[in-house]
Amino acid sequence: MSTAEVPVAARRGMSDNVRMRLQQLAAFAGLIVITAFFAVASDHFFNYDNLVNNILVSTVQIGILALGTTFVIITGGIDLSIGFGIALTGMMAGTFLITWDLPLGLGLLLTLVVGGLIGLVNGFNISILGMPPFIATLAMMLVCQGLPIVISDNGASIYFDDLPAFQDLSGGTLIPNFPNAVLIFLVCAVIAWFLLNRTLFGRYTFAIGSNEEATALSGINVKKWKIIVYTVAGVFIGIAGIISAARIGASPSAGKGMELQAIAAVVIGGTSLAGGKGTIVGTVIGALIIGVLNNGLQVMGVPQEWQYVILGVVILIAVYIDMVRKKSATAAG
Amino acid sequence: MELNKNTDPDPADPKVAAPPVADDRYLLELSGVNKSFPGVRALDDMQLNLRYGEVLALVGENGAGKSTLMKLLSGVYTPDSGEFYLRGRPLRVSGPRDAQQQGIAIIHQEFNLMPDLTVAENIFIGQEKPSGGFLLNNRTLNRRARDLLERLHLPLDPRTPVGALTVARQQMVEIAKALSYDAQVLIMDEPTAALNDAEVATLHELIRHYVSPDTGVIYISHKMDELKAISQRITVIRDGQYIDTLDTATTSMGEVISRMVGRQLNVNAKPENVHGGREVILSVQGLSTHGLLKDVSFELREGEILGFAGLMGAGRTEVARAIVGADKRSAGTVKLRGRTIDPANPAQAAKYRIGYLSEDRKRYGLLLDQSVTTNIALSSLAERFSTAGFVRDRPAKAAAREYVAQLKVKTPSISQITKNLSGGNQQKVVIAKWLLKDCDVLIFDEPTRGIDVGAKEEIYGLLNELAEGGKSIIMISSELPEVLRMSHRVIVMSEGRITGELAAGDANQESVMHYATLRPDENAADAVELGLVDPADSDNTHQHGKEA
Ligand SMILES: Nc1ncnc2c1ncn2[C@@H]1O[C@H](COP(=O)(O)OP(=O)(O)OP(=O)(O)O)[C@@H](O)[C@H]1O
Ligand SMILES: [Mg+2]
Repeated sequence: MSTAEVPVAARRGMSDNVRMRLQQLAAFAGLIVITAFFAVASDHFFNYDNLVNNILVSTVQIGILALGTTFVIITGGIDLSIGFGIALTGMMAGTFLITWDLPLGLGLLLTLVVGGLIGLVNGFNISILGMPPFIATLAMMLVCQGLPIVISDNGASIYFDDLPAFQDLSGGTLIPNFPNAVLIFLVCAVIAWFLLNRTLFGRYTFAIGSNEEATALSGINVKKWKIIVYTVAGVFIGIAGIISAARIGASPSAGKGMELQAIAAVVIGGTSLAGGKGTIVGTVIGALIIGVLNNGLQVMGVPQEWQYVILGVVILIAVYIDMVRKKSATAAG
Repeated sequence: MELNKNTDPDPADPKVAAPPVADDRYLLELSGVNKSFPGVRALDDMQLNLRYGEVLALVGENGAGKSTLMKLLSGVYTPDSGEFYLRGRPLRVSGPRDAQQQGIAIIHQEFNLMPDLTVAENIFIGQEKPSGGFLLNNRTLNRRARDLLERLHLPLDPRTPVGALTVARQQMVEIAKALSYDAQVLIMDEPTAALNDAEVATLHELIRHYVSPDTGVIYISHKMDELKAISQRITVIRDGQYIDTLDTATTSMGEVISRMVGRQLNVNAKPENVHGGREVILSVQGLSTHGLLKDVSFELREGEILGFAGLMGAGRTEVARAIVGADKRSAGTVKLRGRTIDPANPAQAAKYRIGYLSEDRKRYGLLLDQSVTTNIALSSLAERFSTAGFVRDRPAKAAAREYVAQLKVKTPSISQITKNLSGGNQQKVVIAKWLLKDCDVLIFDEPTRGIDVGAKEEIYGLLNELAEGGKSIIMISSELPEVLRMSHRVIVMSEGRITGELAAGDANQESVMHYATLRPDENAADAVELGLVDPADSDNTHQHGKEA
């Protein structure tokens, strides 16, 4: 055996791994630094109530969207429909549970089905009709923006004050002092991690993003798996829509702009926009960074317009990191 | 490409004349196969028979239709028409998975691996055997991979990401993957294009183990000497048409070649050896990298073709990459005409007029979705084909047309998408790109990989012309005869160091292999290990055994 080369290959492989870890570590360090900064800069930031009940709870929606989108981005795709998907699935939850007065379990299930359908249609358009993911999901985003207004009563929100069991999905505390929304997010993260790392579905997600043609030639039904990936992302939209509705009621403008924040979270977490690489842990850290930023800037009284600017800069930095990582990966290959 | 109808099949030959029918003496039988692409008739009434227990070589020029035929068998394309029989029963293949299930495995000409996945994950993709239908167990997968790799004597770690492997090692992964299917028909489309002699010997050993009275192999290659070593019969095709099937034992390779190209071709003519040996243009001192290279020093002279020989993993590609800035150096200087340069990337190196043609054309060499013209003109756009930022299409197209003609690139037009060219023709496009770009120093890494015998001669001729015109060329090649024939001087590497330098007169198979198997730091006797083969199987390493 070629003793000359095995160590080299091993070393390269290791450095690849190390690079991935470093990226995650960098994101984690970033999270610590930002948190520490706000803790020092503002008196209202670093306390359990703000950290858990404000930051974590408000991160949950972006976080859950980001989890589903991680799969999409690892395949080399993108999903812009997730933000307004919250509005649509939330309004549908309202329709099922309030307008139609369906039983809670059935209403939740149907809402998840609606989310899955959004993803299924995305997946069909991308995989079977061959549309570019950006275009297909941009169109779906517009659909998801318009439909909630159509089904609402002149754009009015639907509230769930008569259905406390539903509201408890977000605000209740199965574990004392720990909002259910955060619990659900953690459970979703564990499920996503499991799907990505321990199942065929996850393996093929990486394979498709790494080299779609090769995956197809290996006898994998790439079209089918891509549809499943978008559908799974859609189910995550449904979960996020339910949490959002449970927390503040179903509004036709819910989730606005969240698609970009969720995508930013995924990228900050080290998932490559070029596909083939990504982790759930990274995505969770990325979502937390976005959540801490949103809250910290608010607590410090930074005006909304400047919050946008700062978020924009953070996205730029994240994409830049992604590029640098890609470049060094090419050099090593 | 001229067609000489004189060399067409002899109608008296029963193999050709008999109308092919379902016959269970054959493992695989194809006849009347047609396949067209827009503007290209890729296969025209093609036929092919594979016997039980045989290795059938399939040869033809670049673009003859070899890969297309194999893609029909492996379910990538569907034929326009044709009859297919497997074990005497009609065969219909609906897709890659279906082909696998019917017992047909293929190693495609282009790499088909997922670089972000590990070796084990790549080998068993689609055959993971998850528990409960979807649960994966990496430990079992790695163990299965290790067992398979051990059985095949392939020195790979199942957990390495494939993207971190060299091209030759990636090829081993492909081979392991194909053999993992336990297929009856194994198709290998230029499996050895990226391998050196020792690795080829290992592969042939694997093939001989694989072949049984129940199985058969279709083996595509442009390396004529391999056909003698491995095949029982050779099927020759030309321009999508069946020409003849010959018994390997009783046929000379010259005959195979003339059948292939339809004319007589003098392959062994050695071009005039214009001795360069003028002013030093590139001087490399103490070049090292964090990975492999240690203290590499050499000089390249104007008008010289400097060959780099060595076994896989010796570090030749790494030298090139370190010079052009694709990899970081840890030590050493590179001087261009006495001036120290340190390009940060290949683009900067190109500004210094150092061109690097990568060994991995798909990853680094081509824009597969762009036209032939775009690819050829790309790196010269700024200097040659634009005025004030506006691209001038006409001269770019003229240049593309010129090289397409000169290198005999088989394509319906210069606006064809490069992806649609055959493998060898894609390689010609990459070469054309660098020939067009006016570089002083050209580093060619495996330039003739996958290129047919006739076209190789054209490329050798062009390289010689360039050298005569004062360009300096570094030629990295795993094909020793090519290095020996083209180089004014040969540098031999082993384990990241230069172990020998030979003048054209002293360089021969033995002397190069001696240095290539020399271990720079340890007892040279261990060198046999490097060859991946039992010493008795390989003349080369055997030769070395005496030296040690
Ligand atoms: N997808 C495609 N679209 C259009 N033309 C194609 C396509 N695939 C192959 N061709 C054309 O069909 C012909 C045969 O190509 P093929 O790849 O089978 O050649 P080959 O014999 O394998 O050559 P090489 O030795 O270079 O690999 C070529 O002229 C090629 O340009
Ligand atoms: Mg081919």
